[in-house]
Amino acid sequence: MFDSADMFRAFNQHRGKSIVLVTGTCGRDWRGISEDEKRDLTLQGAMGQTNSAALGFALSQPDEKVVLFDSEGCLQMNMGILGTIAGMKPKNFVHFLMDNGVYATTGGQPTPNSGNINFAGMANEAGYTSTFSFDNLEDFADSIEQVMEAEGPVFVAMKMIPKVENEPIGRRVRNPQRGRAETIKVMQEELGIKMA
Amino acid sequence: MVQQQAALLKPESLVSEFKKNGVTHIVTIPDSETNYLYELMKEQPWLEVVPTSREGETFAIALGLIVGGKVPVCVIQNTGMMESGDSIRGMSLDANFPLVMLIGYRGWTRHGIITDSAAKYTETFLHAMGINYYLLETDDDATRISVAFEEARKNSCPVAVLVGDEYHGFNRE
Repeated sequence: MFDSADMFRAFNQHRGKSIVLVTGTCGRDWRGISEDEKRDLTLQGAMGQTNSAALGFALSQPDEKVVLFDSEGCLQMNMGILGTIAGMKPKNFVHFLMDNGVYATTGGQPTPNSGNINFAGMANEAGYTSTFSFDNLEDFADSIEQVMEAEGPVFVAMKMIPKVENEPIGRRVRNPQRGRAETIKVMQEELGIKMA
Repeated sequence: MVQQQAALLKPESLVSEFKKNGVTHIVTIPDSETNYLYELMKEQPWLEVVPTSREGETFAIALGLIVGGKVPVCVIQNTGMMESGDSIRGMSLDANFPLVMLIGYRGWTRHGIITDSAAKYTETFLHAMGINYYLLETDDDATRISVAFEEARKNSCPVAVLVGDEYHGFNRE
């Protein structure tokens, strides 16, 4: 397992101009590391559906590389999306999975069959163009350039250290995150997207 | 007195409405009744069909497409609409973007008693979500899709179009 903040720092070296979406507890580490917030997009809003929304955005902007950092809790709520993504074959889509094995935000309860699911194997069998698995930072950092150069849809399973929150919700310290509407507005200005 | 039978709803009429309203993507789970509509949509060079695995995906994929400047329509059955409750809430209603959803009204009938619970709860569901809707029964009703688009764009919200006469495989000319 490795730390999501370390992972994001390694990824950031190879981000280029890609559009980045994150979800899950591990995804919160991205904001302090990203150096191009205009290209960070938030499309969270329904259980397990950030991956679907990211696919929709990737299909709408085929000339932009779209990178999603999903979580295994989200993916397990919406596993059929693997087939949907593979079926649409978005060449510009990279689907990272931050698998920490738990629902970190609700106190660390294990996700179903935690630690025993081969997510990269599932993505491969669903029809992703290429898949990768990493359980340590060194291998990830050595391969991230290859991952980002691969033709999509690409799937990358990563074993993350859980960052469990046990404080009552009202007492948790939150890093301020930009709201969905704000990120959409900024992204549309950045890419020159006009609403139809 | 003999009443003239109203024309059956044609897939061509629906596709024509999509084109008139600038639709770029159909995000859908087809069923046996929509087979001809699916085939016809796939034939249109200006239209991309996005087949999904579960209906909840459709509203989230649609949001991503809308944010990227496209005009999707979600085409699903009423059973799938009910499965999509959280997605409709978080990815459509809360997002405040225009979206038209075409909903197969399984079990609906104008005649006699509705026994299928899928039909029984369809309009109740839409009322609970605060989503306005229009009913298509015959080919003359197809232009209500444009009415739904106009309303969705004016109010930046989802609007449903219920297809009471599910598409017949035999009504394609």
